[in-house]
Amino acid sequence: MEDEMKKMERFDSDSAASLLKELRGTFASGKTKSYEWRVQQLKNMIKMIDDNERAIMEALQQDLAKPRFESFVSEISLTKAACNHALKELKHWMKPEKAKTAITTFPSSAEIVSEPFGIVLIISAWNYPFLLSLDPVVGAIAAGNSVVLKPSEISPATSSLLAKLLEDYLDSSAVRVVEGAVAETTALLEQKWDKILYTGNGKVGRIVMAAAAKHLTPVILELGGKSPVVVDSNVNLKVSARRIAAGKWGCNNGQACIAPDYIITTKAYAPTLIDGLKNILEEFFGKDPLESKDLSRIVNSNHFSRLAKLLDEDKVSGKIVHGGQRDETRLMIAPTILLDVPEDSLIMNEEIFGPLLPIITVDKVEDSFDIIKSRSKPLAAYLFTSSKKLEKEFVENISAGGMLINDTVVHLTNPSLPFGGVGESGIGSYHGKFSFDAFSHKKAVLYRSLYGDAPVRYPPYTPGKLRILRAILDGSIIGAILALIGFGKKKLE
Amino acid sequence: MTVAEFGLGERLGELRRTFQSGTTRSLAWRKAQLQALLNLVRDNEEQIFQVVHEDLGKHPVEAFRDEVGVILKSLTLNLNCLEKWASPKKSPLPLAFFPATAELLPEPLGVVLIFSCWNFPISLALEPLIGAISAGNAALIKPSEMAPACSSFLARVIPRYLDNKAIKVIEGGPETGAKLLEEKWDKIFFTGSPRVGRIIMSAAAKHLTPVTLELGGKCPVILDTRLSSSELEVAIKRIAWGKWGLCNGQSCVGVDYILVEEKFAPTLIDLLKKSIDQFYGRKAKDFKDLTRIVNRHHFERLHNLIKDPAVSDSIVHGGQVDKERMFIEPTILLDPPLEAEIMTEEIFGPFLPIITLKNIEESIEFVSSRPKPLVLYAFTKDETLKRLVLSRTSSGSVTFNDIAVQFMSDDLPFGGIGQSGLGKYHGKFSFEAFTHEKAVLRRNFIFDLESRYPPWSDFKLNFIRLLYKYDYFGIILLFLGLKG
Repeated sequence: MEDEMKKMERFDSDSAASLLKELRGTFASGKTKSYEWRVQQLKNMIKMIDDNERAIMEALQQDLAKPRFESFVSEISLTKAACNHALKELKHWMKPEKAKTAITTFPSSAEIVSEPFGIVLIISAWNYPFLLSLDPVVGAIAAGNSVVLKPSEISPATSSLLAKLLEDYLDSSAVRVVEGAVAETTALLEQKWDKILYTGNGKVGRIVMAAAAKHLTPVILELGGKSPVVVDSNVNLKVSARRIAAGKWGCNNGQACIAPDYIITTKAYAPTLIDGLKNILEEFFGKDPLESKDLSRIVNSNHFSRLAKLLDEDKVSGKIVHGGQRDETRLMIAPTILLDVPEDSLIMNEEIFGPLLPIITVDKVEDSFDIIKSRSKPLAAYLFTSSKKLEKEFVENISAGGMLINDTVVHLTNPSLPFGGVGESGIGSYHGKFSFDAFSHKKAVLYRSLYGDAPVRYPPYTPGKLRILRAILDGSIIGAILALIGFGKKKLE
Repeated sequence: MTVAEFGLGERLGELRRTFQSGTTRSLAWRKAQLQALLNLVRDNEEQIFQVVHEDLGKHPVEAFRDEVGVILKSLTLNLNCLEKWASPKKSPLPLAFFPATAELLPEPLGVVLIFSCWNFPISLALEPLIGAISAGNAALIKPSEMAPACSSFLARVIPRYLDNKAIKVIEGGPETGAKLLEEKWDKIFFTGSPRVGRIIMSAAAKHLTPVTLELGGKCPVILDTRLSSSELEVAIKRIAWGKWGLCNGQSCVGVDYILVEEKFAPTLIDLLKKSIDQFYGRKAKDFKDLTRIVNRHHFERLHNLIKDPAVSDSIVHGGQVDKERMFIEPTILLDPPLEAEIMTEEIFGPFLPIITLKNIEESIEFVSSRPKPLVLYAFTKDETLKRLVLSRTSSGSVTFNDIAVQFMSDDLPFGGIGQSGLGKYHGKFSFEAFTHEKAVLRRNFIFDLESRYPPWSDFKLNFIRLLYKYDYFGIILLFLGLKG
């Protein structure tokens, strides 16, 4: 009975305020700043994952019908890799960075010290509910912060599993999970956080940033966009088709922020590319993809209807060249390819986030650049080509969070590359050391000694002092000496 | 339609078109602009002294140091380092990615908006502009209307030297600012008060525009008197300079208040008085090297701070005001009430409260229970106190045994935390503030790993498991069938 009552207790503004008060007390105690505490939490997280692999995969299966392999590869392994990477590098990351000092402040020494922001709020998404919750938490803990995680309510099994596991394995005086939907998130956002990381869409991203603005809280927004794939005709078709297909349909069946959204290729090459994709799709998912165990389902009926609407739009429905099958009861949509949908169709004007792949054709492959540039900056942009020239033009002229040549998606698994967007696709980045940096305040520290002081610093101001100052700021030691002796440009009277 | 509104759309349109054309990305263009800015400052030094004196009564030596000298230094640094900063940085890749290369490519954000403040009206406009240009952006500057001579100087002179299609200045007050904030920018850089900082960030949120906010706060000085008498003299001289020698207290990095042990307070007051005399002479009216209060509004604000009898009673030196010339003399207060506005709001003026404590370690608690300042100053030789300051307080930055000079360092980031700001700049951090670091991974078609692709199998699962651990030996065993 008591448990029931507890569950029904609303998490409102008061709850949020008292949660923060408690965490501030923990943070003020200095506990989370110690290297030992951070290491212990990270080790506990690895143990948590190892002990509960099956439960995690089951929750992901429940929320998304995610194939075991995908759960392992893209959620569990990446999270563990993040923990291991942080454990290995943490000592090094925590060391202050020596900074050069200038002649103007001689004698002095300077360094940049990384300190935790304080209490961090992480709001995660439903499509990689495990990874996108814990990856930022790893960074926040590594940087010495106290953390509140708000997992997405659209992946409820994972959300409640995370709430239970984090309570069991991590230090709940500093790390907490708050489950819930809009009301709970709003209550959280009213509070003053020291940093917020949000993963999701642009609409809510704006709400998060506006709430943060009231408290001048810095934010990281990992958003999305339409990640384009430009395909040249001089590519290895088999490998390209495989990589595009894996990136599109092998990642949560298109429900990933960096999944290829649409393809641009030449009119001449399109038929070849489509054939290549069709063959690969059969290899991956068999003749009847809706029956394949290796395809994720659509997360819920809202999104299913949304995607169905994109397909059913008049000017679009006739453009399907492959797939299109759906099963509403099981929330399954088969990998679907469309050719030459109009630029003003719905499917070309919102992030698809599903298994529909429009192919837009152009006369020459270079024409694809204007199409991409006329849209908002995506989280990722992909190019398949063997032309170094095209590659160079693409990299130099297209702006995106990240770019990948001749492959899709995998750049996010590399811990030495920052992962984040630009413009509509986001603000800030994380992964690897960038996670540690994202959750650290880089405090400049200058040490000066109290010996000797040049009178030139102080009023009353004289022309002589100006000469010396001028020389010092010019970085010229000789000039400074000369000025001190009395030579130099006569300027001010 | 106001003059400000008229033409804003056109001006913004031109900036966008210029950026799209790719002009601002070329290193040659950036260098040419930086060089032109160098010429602008060198050619117009006298004029700069003049307008800064007009707006703030600032002495040319202060003006040179804080407005001209720092900019010249920054321009030289940028011209020297631009190529290095703008070139791609190779990133290491684990063997599992072979064959591939990865790099971080800095690219400009696009069209940026810079709001500058009135207290260092030239350098606070130009330093962010330098970062924006180095990073390859187009920029619009809105100087503060509270320093009108400087604002008009910038509006007149910048078009004569810089590429007008890519760099523009717009003059105006809050209404102009509001109109600007309605537009979509690729970055907004703001220097000013936390109150306006919130407005800026809220407006930026509508377009998901990243911001750098250089705000303020009460920069405390912790004075540990366990120093020799000559060291104390130097310390107090620096503190006095850090209060009245930086725009007469109207500086975000200037000293706001001092924390000291109570038994030392009388000596501190004496030494401060001595410094004031040395710097400015004895007669209250004769402060020719002192900057005046910027305008009537701030003069009244400051005057009101000491009208409260509990506060005015705590004045131990100074307190005289000249309403006509908007002059307030250097003023020292001893233990004004902590709830008075003078101790809850950033003073930004020539009042220096001294807060006494039983012992200096209490200063840690005092500072950390208040909003995080832009800079925390501590004068001490005690290693324990230094450690406590670093680990138990938070601030934009910390300087030991001096005031403000951290500003001079090219290698240290300058920015706040919490109420004192968001983001950082100076030196290469200015370049980074206006840059997007794009991750680029290049692969080729050779050597495609079968195990990446569906249909999934246990073999493939084990392979990837090992790959993620970078357990290459295990992978070989797996392939040889010896691991399952």
